[in-house]
Amino acid sequence: MTETTLRVKTGSPYARILSYGAARGEHLVPNEDIVGPIDSSDEWIRQRTGVVTRRRAGKDTTAIDLAEQAARDALERAGITAEQVDLVIVATVSNEQRTPGISAFVAERIGATPAAAFDTGAACAGFAYGIAQADALIRTGSAHYAIVIGAEKLSEFIDPSDRSISFLLGDGAGAAVLGPSEEPAIGPTVWGTDGRPEAIGMTASFTEFRDGRAGWPTIRQDGPSVFRWAVWEMVKVARAALEEAGVTSADLAAFIPHQANTRIIDEFAKQLGLPETVTIARDIVDMGNTSAASVPLAAARLLEEHPELSGGLALQIGFGAGLVFAAQVVRLP
Amino acid sequence: MALSTEEILAGLAELITDETGIAADAVQLDKSFTDDLDIDSISMMTIVVNAEDKFGVKIPDDEVKNLKTVGDAVSYIEKAQA
Repeated sequence: MTETTLRVKTGSPYARILSYGAARGEHLVPNEDIVGPIDSSDEWIRQRTGVVTRRRAGKDTTAIDLAEQAARDALERAGITAEQVDLVIVATVSNEQRTPGISAFVAERIGATPAAAFDTGAACAGFAYGIAQADALIRTGSAHYAIVIGAEKLSEFIDPSDRSISFLLGDGAGAAVLGPSEEPAIGPTVWGTDGRPEAIGMTASFTEFRDGRAGWPTIRQDGPSVFRWAVWEMVKVARAALEEAGVTSADLAAFIPHQANTRIIDEFAKQLGLPETVTIARDIVDMGNTSAASVPLAAARLLEEHPELSGGLALQIGFGAGLVFAAQVVRLP
Repeated sequence: MALSTEEILAGLAELITDETGIAADAVQLDKSFTDDLDIDSISMMTIVVNAEDKFGVKIPDDEVKNLKTVGDAVSYIEKAQA
């Protein structure tokens, strides 16, 4: 048999983030509006989490709507048309429909078809997982321009009486457009799982709900245990991402951690020994925790409020249910 | 050499003061972390991680839930360092 050599593609030597886009749930929900069922107070929530308000979407707004809006915003800021996009990745844990994937809806709505489109889970690390994939696919020639979106309507899966996580959660979507680059602009991704599916998850499965064996599934977490992991274990991941990118915390312009709780962010920054020159994203204070959407939403806001950070390096890290995590250093658009 | 109960209590009190601002002399063996000292679960976890470093012991998450009073924590550390 004649041996034929398979041809493979190579792409741009490097990829970079060209823009971020954002969509936030239309309703501002202050602590006062949700303290009743958890027998709590505005002060209790602020002290324990730093959250003052969260944004939640209306009944008729879906995760797909939020994803579409964020994608359009990111495309406009990048100056890229939907026709140029050949890869759409959407990270979500809360789309109301199992199939088709949310990415296929988004690709169709923004006019990016026939772009490759697929969903990624990876919970609160989903956006960073998506960046890792888009970066790799651009560099191997499978994609030229990509949109990576984190989109969540978590308010569909909350229990108003839950004191573990529901009161923190918000709705929104953040997007990034990626394209080819002449210079390195996305560092190596340090990612993985830490086999603890019980630490953050759902109260029941959909089949248990269907069969009347459980109520509507909602999100729960073992807060103190997750806090410990999210700070002291994730600091090691953050340090590894810096090291693999060949930079130190003094080289950073910004730190964009998953927006889970300001006390995680504060302790994380302390353990990481970030110099005061590093701007820390704190979008959670009035946005709440939006899982896969939190990192790109926080990045979009950081660049709105601090345009001088443009061109600087940011360490982004996502961590959540699984437990899963991913971190990388990126050059801000 | 293993530390005495008094030494562990003093060391733990220092960690609690650092994290919460509670006066060290208010940290006594019979005090409940939540009811008497009003330490929330996140501060408690920070104290636990710092106690692991300070005393060279391991305090797993599941064990933290059983540490209701300062005395519980002191005796856990005392046994763990043995």
